[in-house]
Amino acid sequence: MKTSHAGWVFVTPALFMIAVFFLLPVLAALGLSLTDFDIYALARLDNLRFVGGGNYLRLLQTPLFWKALGNTLFFVLVGVPLSIAVSLMAALLLHSAVARGKAIFRTALFAPVVTTLVAVAVIWNYLLHTRYGLINDLLGRIGIPPINWLGDPRWAMPAIILFAVWKNFGFNMVIFLAALQSIPEELYEAARIEGATALQQLRFVTLPSLAPTLVLVSILTMAGYFQLFAEPYVMTQGGPLQSTTSVLYFMYEEGFKWWNLGSASAVAFLLFLLMFAVTLVQSFALRRWSEP
Amino acid sequence: MTEAGAGKTGRHARWLSIAALVCGMAACPRPDSGEIVLEFWAMGREGEVVAELTRGFEARHPGIRVNVQQLPWQGAHEKLLTAFVGDATPDLAQMGNTWVPEFATLGALAALDPAAATSPVVEQEDYFPGIWDTNVIDDRLFGVPWYVDTRLLFYRRDLLAQAGFDHPPRSWEEWRQMLIAIKRLPGAEHYSILVPLNEFEPLLLLGLQQEEPLLRDDGRWGNFRSAGFRRALGFYLELFEQELAPRATNTQISNVWNEFARGYFAFYITGPWNIGEFKRRLPKELEGHWMTAPLPGPSGPGLSNAGGSSLVVFADSRRKEAAWKLIEYLSQPEIQRRFYALSGDLPPRRSSWAGSELSGDVHAAAFREQLERVEPTPKVPEWERIATELRIVAEQAAHGGLTVDAAVEELDARADRILEKRRWILTRETGD
Repeated sequence: MKTSHAGWVFVTPALFMIAVFFLLPVLAALGLSLTDFDIYALARLDNLRFVGGGNYLRLLQTPLFWKALGNTLFFVLVGVPLSIAVSLMAALLLHSAVARGKAIFRTALFAPVVTTLVAVAVIWNYLLHTRYGLINDLLGRIGIPPINWLGDPRWAMPAIILFAVWKNFGFNMVIFLAALQSIPEELYEAARIEGATALQQLRFVTLPSLAPTLVLVSILTMAGYFQLFAEPYVMTQGGPLQSTTSVLYFMYEEGFKWWNLGSASAVAFLLFLLMFAVTLVQSFALRRWSEP
Repeated sequence: MTEAGAGKTGRHARWLSIAALVCGMAACPRPDSGEIVLEFWAMGREGEVVAELTRGFEARHPGIRVNVQQLPWQGAHEKLLTAFVGDATPDLAQMGNTWVPEFATLGALAALDPAAATSPVVEQEDYFPGIWDTNVIDDRLFGVPWYVDTRLLFYRRDLLAQAGFDHPPRSWEEWRQMLIAIKRLPGAEHYSILVPLNEFEPLLLLGLQQEEPLLRDDGRWGNFRSAGFRRALGFYLELFEQELAPRATNTQISNVWNEFARGYFAFYITGPWNIGEFKRRLPKELEGHWMTAPLPGPSGPGLSNAGGSSLVVFADSRRKEAAWKLIEYLSQPEIQRRFYALSGDLPPRRSSWAGSELSGDVHAAAFREQLERVEPTPKVPEWERIATELRIVAEQAAHGGLTVDAAVEELDARADRILEKRRWILTRETGD
């Protein structure tokens, strides 16, 4: 047997699995997104109509879809940088020589990542409560009037961003910590001999060394944040005034609440295209920056 | 036996053992025991208490065992639909009666009229007509009412008396005067009524009280532009514009009973499950200071919704007879009285009310009166979705984003879009 043949023999099972469990469902969903599959079609298959791009066109004319898209983008644009900044700061603090009790803090800060989302969301609901919540209580002490966090359309999304950042930053923090520990100490020594301040060390040694990690983390975080679902599902059910309806939440309601599977599949493909495009741009831009 | 034959039996045996293994894991009924196992899905509180009733049923029917599976209300609709899609429906289930049209359209439910017509237990005349009617789709019966769930007014007698009234409102006009008077009472920041913006029911009730139906032309088009619905929406929005109701959702009122006890609001439109909750959770001092009353209508006593749950049998069930026996058992007046004692759910039959502790309960009296005046919601599979849009648009309007005219037009547009497929199907059916 030739070597190239042997290679094919080895990868065939894997390719078969990918074809059956990945490619096939994706193609089926693509096909579904071109029909008006709904509960009537479930009842009798001849109630199924081929609508071509109709679902896509209709979605683009649905105000709620645009609203959900806007909400998701807002969540990504504010949440991702915030999440990365917080996790980087936490990692730098934990890595610094002055930090005490590192193991305890590392565990404590990572804890939200491994706790069940629903359980902590319920607790945050209480923390954010307008009249009895701890957060408004603290704000009140410095003279800020109570904010209707989850009930006011302007504040619901920021509140959810706050919660999501708290829930997720520990994961990135651990990755940053690992990257920080792999930066050679000699670089800092050299910088100190040259007379660099702490800030300059951060700017010219730490950040450039972290660049590849930053690329990875930002792509991972962005992909995660585009799929915002569980937080609004548990805390606000997409409200108030649909200010926390995300694209994925919209898709879920379309597909599994109303069983418009054709239209829901179309949403999935639009979200896929969007994430694909943004990831391309992002990885291109970040690579330019990280490879001098 | 030939060699080939031996191989075949061997293979056969292997398949059988695999089937037995799968069955063992999935807890299939063992065919040899001769026992019938009924799969029964029930939701929420009912699911918790019904096991106590089915034990009595099992005692009376030794050959039948009932396997109750509890579903949380929030995921119940999805779970039922998913079960239908996956050919995994139970034998019978509790089903919100607004879902019955949808599942009947799907062909998921068995028609029950032949069984009901000859049944000595399930007597149509004894049921409140509005409730029975929710289960009738195209002249066929697809469910038997299990409990009723209409909504009406819970109110603070003492606050109303402070405002100078000695009886609950009987018409919208009177209600309006009371709401304004209560809002003007001295004291801390408070409102007259709680109308949660994340519930569609309050506005729906006002809409159901009108002469015009909510959908027109056999459920082909929305009818929200009608004068009646405009009036309902106008009244609803007035509550927020005049600050009689807080612009709040239920999730923001962390504890409705506490707030009611504190006088944060004096009226609350809610259902029978809250009788027990109010009795249990309100402080002792308030005993006798709160009461229930039928909904006031635009001019005189008003209608309310014919909500509740029905018992349905699935078309795919192979144990329909046994399932019907369980429905009959649960429909007996004495069992319904016990069910009320366990769950607080109001029975759908007049004879279940008579002679029970319900007939002497002052808080239940208003429900007994209201139940004679209940109205089903439009029986189209899309209703649930339209009701959701109703809530969303109303919420927008309540926040001041839409006028009444703009809101009803938006509602009609959304309903018409949702009903597009229904129109196509109805046209095709009549065209054939």
